[in-house]
Amino acid sequence: MHPTIVDSVWLRRYAALVVCCTFALVVAGGFVTSHDAALAIPDWPLNWGRLIPPLEANIRYEFAHRVLAMITALLTAGLAVKLRTRLAWTALAAVLVQAGLGGVLVRYIDPAWAAVVHAALAQLFFGLTVALAWRTSRLLSMPASVAAIALFAQTVLGAAVRHHIASPIPHIFGAAVATILVMWAGLSTLMTHMDDPALRRPALALLSLTFSQVFLGIAAYMARAATADAPQPMPLMVWITVAHVAAGSLAFGAAVVLAGQAAPHTPLTQRTAEA
Amino acid sequence: MRKIWIGAVLSCSLTFIGCGGGEKPAETAKSEGAAPAGGGGTATPDEANGGTVTGKVAFTGDKPKMATLDMSAQPKCEAAHKGEAVKSQEVVVNSNGTLKNAFVWIKSGLPDKQWAIPSNAVSLDQHGCMYEPHVIGIVAGQNIEVKNSDPTNHNIHPMPQVNADWNESQSPGEPPKMKTFPRQEVMIPVKCNVHPWMRSYIGVVSSPFFAVTGDDGTFTIKGLPPGTYTIEVWHEKYGTQDQQVTVGAKESKTVDFSIKG
Repeated sequence: MHPTIVDSVWLRRYAALVVCCTFALVVAGGFVTSHDAALAIPDWPLNWGRLIPPLEANIRYEFAHRVLAMITALLTAGLAVKLRTRLAWTALAAVLVQAGLGGVLVRYIDPAWAAVVHAALAQLFFGLTVALAWRTSRLLSMPASVAAIALFAQTVLGAAVRHHIASPIPHIFGAAVATILVMWAGLSTLMTHMDDPALRRPALALLSLTFSQVFLGIAAYMARAATADAPQPMPLMVWITVAHVAAGSLAFGAAVVLAGQAAPHTPLTQRTAEA
Repeated sequence: MRKIWIGAVLSCSLTFIGCGGGEKPAETAKSEGAAPAGGGGTATPDEANGGTVTGKVAFTGDKPKMATLDMSAQPKCEAAHKGEAVKSQEVVVNSNGTLKNAFVWIKSGLPDKQWAIPSNAVSLDQHGCMYEPHVIGIVAGQNIEVKNSDPTNHNIHPMPQVNADWNESQSPGEPPKMKTFPRQEVMIPVKCNVHPWMRSYIGVVSSPFFAVTGDDGTFTIKGLPPGTYTIEVWHEKYGTQDQQVTVGAKESKTVDFSIKG
């Protein structure tokens, strides 16, 4: 019988490490896009023709992203080999496809469609690592699942805005829809399972992160508008935008946890026994 | 085990797709709008008998304040300017109230001819982590000599819409790269992904009738066949303006532009 996450505290910690590395990778990717550094290393898989490129200016952001990607892929491979579940293999496949997509972006000089797919798959991969770490293999809660899908759609729309292939309007409209769906999922969970920390915590995290996202999104939009004529990416715009990306990922992760944990009318004791 | 093999094949496939440095840019002077110099059937400007259009690009309105570039990400770039603040070159208003770096070209009206491609290359240098010149013009198919005079690494990333794009690194001491664009395109932005404040523009014209305004804001276009032309000025911030001009043999006409800030 293959080991499960619940069997080993070290396996749980390892899975949590994978989640943390993936989140760091998402943040690093946010910095790459905000600094317009995606092509600072114009070759792949080498870096300026070598293993370690000259660590100058924007090259540092892109190289850090590639190093984190390699670490995350190796850690995910280790987790997949250890667990041997469908979800783990899917996560491994996702991170390998992401690596290949990174190469496509360099090879074909950053086509916008590939950049959007890269961003979307990053979010999906993050969700998979969260699902692995929180021992969820099925989405049980309808409201939380719908909220997770809405938040994922917002990632895609946000990436389309970042890469200049869509206006902010669909993303702004999507924010309203996603917020309503998150409130539905979070509040309905809190009203019925306030005494269950396994559900209360992700519900509270989802609600607070999503509300933060609304304000971060407004700030990111205003920062972008204020610095539209700047000759280079300005620090304020970069940091707020990356914070918006990071909070979006965390909100999506919270929705995945909530969706996997919250089965309707399942008593707490029964859920504990099943885990 | 089978899943491991599937995953390995998938990642290898994507690796092969991703490997490489991008499409090969046009490095030979094969133009769609001009022909190599000295080839049969090509035309060259007749400066002795042709018409001349001169003029200036004046700037009216409040002189915009240009942002100071933040080169702190690369100390070698800062050192190159010896502590002096470097301003964005987006709008450079000369002391005589004219605009520098305006690209002026004959947009339409020329006879349907194959114009000879000059054999000399136009230089685009990376110096002090800035492109020099900020705006250049070439005949379609003419070579651009891209140089790196800095002690730091650059990558050169033109972003054409009509021509093939490319993105290449250039280390200090590396020999100049000879590049070209075979199709007319006004204008092609160029950036460095390593140093995001670096920006330049390349005007690719199928004829040799173009000019870039300098420190006095003037332009001169010589050797025009007699005729009526649309002459256009392009500026990176203020867009384009067109005027009509009719010029005869050995005639000189003045066309001035006024751009409001």
